[in-house]
Amino acid sequence: MSENSVILSVKDLKKYFELHVGMFKFWGEPIYVKAVDGISFDIKKGEILGLVGESGCGKTTTGRLLTRLEDPTAGSILFHGQDIAKLKGKELKEYRRNVQMIFQDPYESLNPRFTVQKTVMEPLIIHGIGETYDEKVEMVIKALEDAELKPAEEYLDRYPHELSGGQRQRVAIARALVLRPQFIVADEPVSMLDVSIRAGVMNLMLDLRDKYGIPFLFITHDIAVSRYMADKMAVMYLGKIVEMSDSDTVVFHPVHPYTRALISAVPVPDPDHKHGRIQIKGEIPSPINLPPGCRFWPRCPYAQKGICDVKEPPLVEVEPGHFVACHFAEKFLEEEASMEPTENIKETA
Amino acid sequence: MANVLLDVKNLSVHYKILSGWVYAVDGVNFKLEKGHTMGLVGESGCGKTTTGYGITQLLASNAFIKEGSKVIFDGRDFVEMSTVPDKKLKGYRRIIEYHPEMRKYRWSRISMIFQGAMNAFNPVYKVGDQIIEAILTHEDITEEEARKRVEELYKLVGIPVDRIDNYPHEYSGGMKQRAMIAMALALKPDLIIADEPTTALDVVTQDRILGEMANLQKKEKVAMILITHDVSVVAEMADEIAVMYAGHLVETGTTRQVFKETAHPYMEALLSAFPNIKGEKKRLKAIPGSPPDLSNPPKGCRFAPRCPYAKDICLEEEPPVVEVAPGHFAKCHFAEELYGELGGERNE
Ligand SMILES: Nc1ncnc2c1ncn2[C@@H]1O[C@H](COP(=O)(O)OP(=O)(O)OP(=O)(O)O)[C@@H](O)[C@H]1O
Ligand SMILES: Nc1ncnc2c1ncn2[C@@H]1O[C@H](COP(=O)(O)OP(=O)(O)OP(=O)(O)O)[C@@H](O)[C@H]1O
Ligand code: SF4
Ligand SMILES: [Mg+2]
Ligand SMILES: [Mg+2]
Repeated sequence: MSENSVILSVKDLKKYFELHVGMFKFWGEPIYVKAVDGISFDIKKGEILGLVGESGCGKTTTGRLLTRLEDPTAGSILFHGQDIAKLKGKELKEYRRNVQMIFQDPYESLNPRFTVQKTVMEPLIIHGIGETYDEKVEMVIKALEDAELKPAEEYLDRYPHELSGGQRQRVAIARALVLRPQFIVADEPVSMLDVSIRAGVMNLMLDLRDKYGIPFLFITHDIAVSRYMADKMAVMYLGKIVEMSDSDTVVFHPVHPYTRALISAVPVPDPDHKHGRIQIKGEIPSPINLPPGCRFWPRCPYAQKGICDVKEPPLVEVEPGHFVACHFAEKFLEEEASMEPTENIKETA
Repeated sequence: MANVLLDVKNLSVHYKILSGWVYAVDGVNFKLEKGHTMGLVGESGCGKTTTGYGITQLLASNAFIKEGSKVIFDGRDFVEMSTVPDKKLKGYRRIIEYHPEMRKYRWSRISMIFQGAMNAFNPVYKVGDQIIEAILTHEDITEEEARKRVEELYKLVGIPVDRIDNYPHEYSGGMKQRAMIAMALALKPDLIIADEPTTALDVVTQDRILGEMANLQKKEKVAMILITHDVSVVAEMADEIAVMYAGHLVETGTTRQVFKETAHPYMEALLSAFPNIKGEKKRLKAIPGSPPDLSNPPKGCRFAPRCPYAKDICLEEEPPVVEVAPGHFAKCHFAEELYGELGGERNE
């Protein structure tokens, strides 16, 4: 784990969206949506970081910041040690070439009037890669084959509507691969796919990681999918990372009360599994009026007055490689068993 | 099974389209006992919603029911009651819209939670008023009594009572879904048909709503057909499971039977393709190919083109439904041989 194997290093990254609430803007304080509010993590070569959390917690915004589709409000993004958070113009274009994004909806992310060849070739033209047309076609074919659309020649002239959902997502992957990126952000890339097709697309991404060592930020709301895909998992809540560790630690030994509730809510495809419920109150609040202190306290069953509602807990390393943002993280880590609400939580590890 | 509430026999619902037919539901058989939950599971477009709505015949106007289909609810055959032979399409029955007797069954005895129910409330009326309205249409009680009942229902499903007079857009997704459940329970039905009731929700909210539904259902002794594409949800919720593939029920049985003694290759494949958060981490197996076009389904077994066990006969003849163990059925030519052999590794 040498220093230089870190491809991407994010430090205290923030994105606040200013809400335009009509006239009020002129004489009131501007209102901000704190979509991403100070997150830090590293991604190493060949590593898949799973970013999980409920709807609206800031996953997509994080992905868009890393690909610089969005300008950060504050913080840094070091790519091979160079801060790309404020890049512009030619340098930004160069960075974008190295970082690709795969989106949730393969129906929307492909232009319906482009053939597969045109779709996958477009990034090459934009970035002026490949000397001749034939060379570009070669690269397109290679990318399609990498995405397991074989024989590639059979797909070149097809339009999106002539492809199945899984094939469309493979075309989107080929399009991302054709530039030989050094980093890929995949935002819910299998959420729209049926189970029988999903496994193939997930395995494809795992294989590409193995083959080329491409690191991924893998965004999903499905924690079972994240555990399957990711080496490391970061759990987000209202713009903050509340827990981060290797995937199995997050799934089997979560420490943060929110992670525990989240994991306990995931249904398990096994009728023998005893379902334990860790109840949390209410629903995720809006990121406009954030509660003071720990932003989870209004829903947290362990919150203590005078502490949790006053001071924001920092993300600290409670054991090697395991980060938690909770005032009582150390205590919960030790008392792991006693914190389970009843005997009905059984892990089948 | 003296307690049978619903007996669906050989139900076929086909959609008429310009170029022919979509064979969305084809010869489906299952029984549901009073107070039980049946999980109807399968991938997108396999015919789950059509099966569910086929029971109460709330179907699109191009849907026709094939002659010989029966939907017997508490002794009454809905097909006989509210459909008539179509004059032009031989062998098909047409649904009589607004059939007065059928309408009495809907909501008061069988209620439905619609797919995408988040948008099922009319945005211009208060949510509570819409539920009160539903009660008043079907029952002879005063508005005050109806409102009282809505208050009780809100407590039951966990929405603060002071939110009754809010408009739908003032509810979160989870609250709308819970209000929909309150609506489904409002007339004390015998059966709830819940079509993907939690699919659009976050897992914490899904878990809470499913938990509430299970509790309410036990308390009120309501039977439920839970339609979902998520096998882990049925594993947690259902007493029995019906697995659907391309318009056919390919496997039915108790939840344990279907998960632990899988008898159909499709169910085996589905389970091997599904990540288990608590299970051992091993490579998932994709199912090759994709589901067939239901306007032109393959001859023989509809899963045959993707099935690792398929032999010549599978491509030629539609398989029979085989009872591999009491109450456990699989529609496969090799059900007997495969029973006990499938998913062995998984079930170690
Ligand atoms: N352009 C924007 N302007 C204002 N608010 C925004 C904008 N983009 C996102 N937001 C808000 O920022 C928060 C985070 O949104 P984001 O899309 O990152 O969440 P997410 O975790 O990807 O959610 P989902 O799981 O639903 O995709 C949300 O409250 C969202 O409404
Ligand atoms: N009104 C209609 N006319 C023609 N075909 C239809 C009609 N409604 C549904 N279908 C087709 O019938 C098949 C079954 O549809 P159905 O909605 O029952 O599937 P489903 O299993 O509920 O799918 P999903 O999981 O996507 O909700 C699909 O192939 C669908 O395209
Ligand atoms: S800091 Fe307090 S409120 Fe936040 S998760 Fe920990 S115990 Fe709960
Ligand atoms: Mg998103
Ligand atoms: Mg449906």
